[in-house]
Amino acid sequence: MTTSLEALLTFLHDADTLEAFQTATEAVRDHYGTHHCVYHWVNSDGERFGAGTYSSVWVDRYLEMDYLRMDPVIFGCFLRFDPANWKDLDWSSKAAKAMYRDALTYGLGNQGYSVPLHGPKGQFALFTLNDQREDGDWARFIETNSRDLIVLAHAFNAKALDFEAGDDGLAAPSLSPRELGAIRCLARGLNRAQAAQELGISEHTLRVYIESARHKLGALNTTHAVARALSTGLIIV
Amino acid sequence: MLRYLYAHDLVRFPRLARSMFTDRAEQFARRLKWDVTVTPEGEERDQYDALNPLYVIWERPDGTHGGSMRFMPTTGRCMVNEHFAFLNGGMRIESPFIWECTRFCLSPGAHMRASAALVLGAGEVMQHMRLAHYIGVFDGRMEQIYRRMGLEPEVLGRQGRGRDAIAVGLWEMKAEAFAPTLAKVGVDRATSRAWVRRSFGEGAGIAGEVASA
Repeated sequence: MTTSLEALLTFLHDADTLEAFQTATEAVRDHYGTHHCVYHWVNSDGERFGAGTYSSVWVDRYLEMDYLRMDPVIFGCFLRFDPANWKDLDWSSKAAKAMYRDALTYGLGNQGYSVPLHGPKGQFALFTLNDQREDGDWARFIETNSRDLIVLAHAFNAKALDFEAGDDGLAAPSLSPRELGAIRCLARGLNRAQAAQELGISEHTLRVYIESARHKLGALNTTHAVARALSTGLIIV
Repeated sequence: MLRYLYAHDLVRFPRLARSMFTDRAEQFARRLKWDVTVTPEGEERDQYDALNPLYVIWERPDGTHGGSMRFMPTTGRCMVNEHFAFLNGGMRIESPFIWECTRFCLSPGAHMRASAALVLGAGEVMQHMRLAHYIGVFDGRMEQIYRRMGLEPEVLGRQGRGRDAIAVGLWEMKAEAFAPTLAKVGVDRATSRAWVRRSFGEGAGIAGEVASA
């Protein structure tokens, strides 16, 4: 069964258990038909929180071999904002090559794409898709899906931060008055030019407020953002 | 040539990095008289330089700094949502597709080519990272440079007047802005793309033996 990305994001947003969070990673895997989908938070104090579709034997193996200390995906992504195609990371060390070969024997595919997430207070997490493909095929997959994958990555991270914050984190997203105004105009059926005119701002500025609101609402696109703002009662038309 | 370097990578380019930070001291502390910190070594650095930002740097043939800008996503810590938040009414603008661009600096005596190169670099970052918008902190002079490049920045908030004003504003690099910018820099798009690939390591590859394992 595959789920639309909008439904998937809504499911993730409403998730209040780790089981649901786990289910969301499986839904992403199924949606894209990849081998794996993993969300992995590396805490500054070394503790980790994660969910994903890797087999438990691979997770145990990873811990047993202490791969966390040399995983090129983690080290490579920690030092960048842009998502990484695994093949562009530094696998030149003997240990890295050995880990890569080991991973393949535990059911990982030969390709990966990881979105680094740098949150508040140095929080760092990774959102990864893993699959078995030819290089060119994988590059095309990334080209087609990277924007949506970045959106998904941030939605997983927002939920993980929610869990971390406990009850305090479950408040509705805080949109600024300008962002609320922009979304409200669109919900009333105004087009961008009309909305910009009504708010007394340029269309460019309007698009920035809409994009920022989309992100805070964890929505896939503008239409989805308006739907989310309405369904969560953030705006009333 | 243009280099795209995370702060972490600057150590590999000591001459370039040093001249960038001393040129920043010259521009922001001495010329513009912004309230910035200059280290005993004569380098202008702030707390955001310590957060591994991405720099786009125009490197001169002798390996020194010709101009630079600093980029960070608005989802993490950044100037426009902290230090300069008051210029936008204290509102957080936040999205992985909106990045801030700060510390636009030109080395003394740099010409239009260096400015154009930085605009080109910003455009390449925009495409490479799939960004929708930049939100920048700039002075009046910088605003004029943006306009001359056809970027039409939009000011959200401003402090001060005229050329000394500091503004927070939006801008983007539209596809049609590439051709005139490339012409000003005097390179073709293939060369510009090659600089991007060189820095971001596209196609570096998992060592052949591993990939085929």
